[in-house]
Amino acid sequence: MSEPILRLSGVHTHIAEYHILQGVDLSVPPTGVTVLLGRNGAGKSTTLRTIMGLWNASRGEIRFAGQDITAFETADICRRGIAYVPEDMGIFRGLTVQENLLLATTSGRFDKERVDWILSFFPALKRFWRRSAGTLSGGQKQMVAIARAIIEPRKLLLIDEPTKGLAPIMVQALADAFFELKAKDTTILLVEQNFNFASSLGDHVAVMDDGRIVHAGSMADFVESDSLKDNLLGLRASESPNSHV
Amino acid sequence: MTSINPPSAIDASAEPTALPGRKLDIAPFALLVGVAVLALPLTGSVSTWVTLTVAGLAMGMMLFIMTSGLTLVFGLMDVLNLGHAAFVALGAYVAATAAGFVQPWLASTSSAMNLLAVASVMAAAVITSAIVGLVYERLFIRPVYGSHLKQILITIGAMLVMVQLMLVVWGANQMQLMPPSFLRGVHMVGSVAIERYRIFAFVVGLVVYAAMMIVMHSSRVGLLIRAGVENREMVEALGHHIRRMFVVVCICGSALAGLGGAMWGFYREEFSASIGSDVLVQILIITIIGGLGSITGCLYGAMLIALCANYIGFLAPDLAVVSDIIVMMAILLWRPNGLHPVAAH
Repeated sequence: MSEPILRLSGVHTHIAEYHILQGVDLSVPPTGVTVLLGRNGAGKSTTLRTIMGLWNASRGEIRFAGQDITAFETADICRRGIAYVPEDMGIFRGLTVQENLLLATTSGRFDKERVDWILSFFPALKRFWRRSAGTLSGGQKQMVAIARAIIEPRKLLLIDEPTKGLAPIMVQALADAFFELKAKDTTILLVEQNFNFASSLGDHVAVMDDGRIVHAGSMADFVESDSLKDNLLGLRASESPNSHV
Repeated sequence: MTSINPPSAIDASAEPTALPGRKLDIAPFALLVGVAVLALPLTGSVSTWVTLTVAGLAMGMMLFIMTSGLTLVFGLMDVLNLGHAAFVALGAYVAATAAGFVQPWLASTSSAMNLLAVASVMAAAVITSAIVGLVYERLFIRPVYGSHLKQILITIGAMLVMVQLMLVVWGANQMQLMPPSFLRGVHMVGSVAIERYRIFAFVVGLVVYAAMMIVMHSSRVGLLIRAGVENREMVEALGHHIRRMFVVVCICGSALAGLGGAMWGFYREEFSASIGSDVLVQILIITIIGGLGSITGCLYGAMLIALCANYIGFLAPDLAVVSDIIVMMAILLWRPNGLHPVAAH
């Protein structure tokens, strides 16, 4: 098996007096989509924020592409090739769509070919290119957030609950975009509550509970196993596959 | 809940259309015009009204220059820098010293030499304030990022220290800073006398505002600052070191306060070390009612405070002391996030 692109070893994170991550061990393979599942409050979003350095790991080690990034500043982690789409999308409402995307470029210039590629699966962005991002709908904002994360080639995308609160048609549009990214060999660590969305995209799965990883393996095996789903996510076979975790 | 299909030819542009675009907000401008129009019949004389209004606009521009740096520091860095007023005083003191070096130019009958002298004096104030601002950020701001209580305590302490240092360097006597002959005297417009320096101050304020808007909307640094005012964390997550921007903004804010101090010094002609702290309350009020981090809001706020101070000072002198507070309360009841707030904090 190839070396993981990202590895968390015994990572603990404290937020004020709360001990959120309690020894997370997680490996993200260098290709495909790894889905992080778990109930609310299990520590999924905290894991992504800790990887990005937005909250500091109080113990443990985070290695990315062979390098220890545990103590790196957030900006340096991004520059190493990790893009992050937070749960609230982190859109700059007062900036235009163009400016939102421009901020994520290292040179301050767009690669036209790459922009055309992104617009091929998010055509709506073309219409709103010069419009203030604060005026867009939730789905359109999510498109901007994901487009911003991939405006330049990245080694790894961290995406936190992209389908949350979106209409089904938008969820489908996002799924199409993710399939397109997968086809381009983009590596993604996806936190997702929508099990149907997650299972359709995921190649690998990790399940969190109480700040720890309690299961890791292939998504195909996980989908096939009713006992795993029942034990880890509380999903009965009859509820799957259209359920939220 | 629908099932997720394999990649499809779904038209992602068919999703619900965007909300209506943001409308141009002219209410703050209309408020300024309304205040001025309301004051016209109350003052009883057109020439008095014009004098008060021009004086208010000029004073407003000087307050804008003094405050614009602080609003960026507040908005981007989330730092309560109560020591900002010390840079106003520093700018005035440095300007007075620099004026001594270019006295022949200031005393010249040539308008060009006069303007060159004023520009040199202002440049000295700006550069000195910027350099001190860099040291100030390192010494007093950097250790207290993220802690408002500590920021308040340490920046007030820093202001007191800086003012005392100025007294040590320049002494306790009143300083003089006389504008050159070109900027003294009045222009007569019909029967109305308008002081030349007020016109000059208004023009400089407009130039500073225009320059700031160009930088904010046409440069990458401006883009980063606007983004940082909205969401610092996300700017970091996009690969930008926000702390480095903090330093740049702190230096620029100090430089602008120094420029404002130099202009304020020329306006007052005589001043002491309290020239900065005298306007601190007004600076804070303008920052708040403009909307934290909003340059245009800062301009509106400065104009409103200055115009109201002039009108109320003329019409009801007893209320002059509290006019700023009354204006602030009224504005915050109307718009709790300020006259022209940035999109989000």
